[in-house]
Amino acid sequence: MSEETVRLYRSLKRIRRVEEVTAEIYPSDKIKSPVHLAIGQEQVSVAVCDVLGPRDWVGGSYRSHAMHLAKGGSLPGLIAEMYGKETGCCRGKGGSMHVIDVAAGVMGSSAVVGTQIPMATGYALAAKMAGDGSVVAVFFGDGATEEGCFYESLNFAALHRLPILYVCENNGYAIHEPLSKRRARPEGICGAAEALGVPATRIDDGCVFAIRSAAETAVRTMRTGGGPALIEAVVYRWRQHVGPNEDYDQGYRGHDEAQPWKERDQVARLAGMLDPATREAVDAGIEAEIEAAVAFAESSPVPAAEELYADVFA
Amino acid sequence: MSSPESRTLRYVDALREAFEQEMERDSTVFLFGLDVDDHLGIQGSTKGLLERFGPERVFTTPLSEDAMTGVAIGAAMAGRRPVHVHIRMDFMLLCMNQLVNIAAKAHYMWGGQVRVPLVVRSMVGKSWGQGAQHSQGLHALFAHIPGLKVVAPSNAHDAKGCMIAAIRDDNPVIFMEHRLLYNTEADVPVAPCEVPFGKARLCTRGDDITIVGVSNMVQEAIRAAELLAEAGVRAEVVDPISIVPLDIATIVRSARRTRRLLVVDNGWTMCGVSAEIAARVAEETEGVRIRRMGFAPTTCPTSPWLEADFYPNPATIAETAWAMARPDAPAWRPDPERARLAWQVQFKGPF
Ligand SMILES: Cc1ncc(C[n+]2csc(CCOP(=O)(O)OP(=O)(O)O)c2C)c(N)n1
Ligand SMILES: [Mg+2]
Repeated sequence: MSEETVRLYRSLKRIRRVEEVTAEIYPSDKIKSPVHLAIGQEQVSVAVCDVLGPRDWVGGSYRSHAMHLAKGGSLPGLIAEMYGKETGCCRGKGGSMHVIDVAAGVMGSSAVVGTQIPMATGYALAAKMAGDGSVVAVFFGDGATEEGCFYESLNFAALHRLPILYVCENNGYAIHEPLSKRRARPEGICGAAEALGVPATRIDDGCVFAIRSAAETAVRTMRTGGGPALIEAVVYRWRQHVGPNEDYDQGYRGHDEAQPWKERDQVARLAGMLDPATREAVDAGIEAEIEAAVAFAESSPVPAAEELYADVFA
Repeated sequence: MSSPESRTLRYVDALREAFEQEMERDSTVFLFGLDVDDHLGIQGSTKGLLERFGPERVFTTPLSEDAMTGVAIGAAMAGRRPVHVHIRMDFMLLCMNQLVNIAAKAHYMWGGQVRVPLVVRSMVGKSWGQGAQHSQGLHALFAHIPGLKVVAPSNAHDAKGCMIAAIRDDNPVIFMEHRLLYNTEADVPVAPCEVPFGKARLCTRGDDITIVGVSNMVQEAIRAAELLAEAGVRAEVVDPISIVPLDIATIVRSARRTRRLLVVDNGWTMCGVSAEIAARVAEETEGVRIRRMGFAPTTCPTSPWLEADFYPNPATIAETAWAMARPDAPAWRPDPERARLAWQVQFKGPF
């Protein structure tokens, strides 16, 4: 039971529980925000953020709760944001799809598919210009790799040797559409990156340690001018594309497809690697933290009417 | 008022019927875009079409809106009649280059030798935390460009009639739908029917004020007119149905008579459709008092408490209209509870 295992477990379990609690609250209609849960695919954010420092940036999509929490983004701020409260991480203006924590290096997530990819590449350009050795990691789905800006960004990053790790969380679906209906070569994402000059690694079993190790190698190289890299982490989304529930009864996928992924669940796997006393202490800490964050969101004030017009311009 | 020739249909089902009838009639019509063939079928508006017409005419695409728009334009020039679907109007911003630089201009710039019979459908979102990037009504951006037609049907009847007219039109048509209208019902003809573009409809009659609504704001304005009627103000609600071409004559005629014009848009007022209508009426009339309402001049927030103030609603429309029609009377506002629209209150997310 290494220190690293405890740390990764804590991060994985914390994200899992935050999202489970979000799903439990959801039917109360207190969260009037479209939630895209990462349950089942938390390990990608956890592994990558584990090798990043406080001065490194991360960027992501509408499905960014995991990234936000793994990078150290505020938990009360996240829950309060979903509640639409003044204390939310966007002051109630962004909701679940638009999270940010500037102090923690969470750059602000965007809900138009792919838009975070060039934006993060810009952060990487700025990091290179600053020459401070900081790096950027940007998370996106398999669907986002079909947008033109993905290719254009990778080409530019390779050309300028930008310190950016492109992290494709390939869960096999864009909403309900499988990769096979969107790509002639579903396994071609890494090849496309390589063709543009971005070294790519595919990890197809969802192993948190394997993803961490690939990220560590890539980040070490880019801190000293080694240029961009891409990791394609194959994962599985357990819940609906958007919303709190499972959707195996909808006909577009079945439990059989999910089963191997549930057996490989990284939260359960790492839980089994911890001694029971340690695990219980970690779990208790997580529950207390979540309870406090929910209470904070519930008791926070709603935004004042003037807030509607605040921050249109800087 | 149902008859054998028509029956009550929901907005989404009316759209679906339009696709079914047009695809049946004309084998060059095809429908594509993200998720058109999944089990939900764009909230039901494309449901069953894959089974009926097959995957060559009903298919999803990669997440590549820019290129897919170009593909649609090319296919249209080559003789097909594509209907390209976006689940939010916001995503059409990825298509701007293709739509503005190619689709809108092709017929003119190439001397009238090619046509782009393309329909681009998109849905405008509202409420349940749609927020900055899932709620925009961008019809004014398109209306600005010569060569693009822009329609925004406000009810199930017009949804069917406008869609059929759009598919038959030899020009690119930007078709704006509103997510919260999808469950609203109207009497819809069974047979294929066209609602012609450039012909506004008078939804209510009145002599005190003209209220022009756009898209779902037509429904909000009709509710406002009902509340105003109870207070003794008779409002004439006009639905332009199409923004390009715009039936300004009907609006001018009504405004000349009522001497008051309130334009309520499902978009921002700055350089928006409401500005255009107000300017045209001001140019063509004298002594008409004009006001505009639309999105608050800010980005749409997700917090429900802030979002409530972002949109005009039947209460604020009625209050504004009252102040225009009864400038010397004390201010009046309807009971906000009675101003709420059931189909909006009942709407639940996540999307
Ligand atoms: C440009 C754009 N097109 C379409 C959408 C609608 N949409 C939201 S999520 C999504 C699927 C994205 O799939 P993927 O990138 O694989 O990410 P995942 O949701 O699986 O994490 C789509 C099509 C959007 N938000 N933005
Ligand atoms: Mg995906």
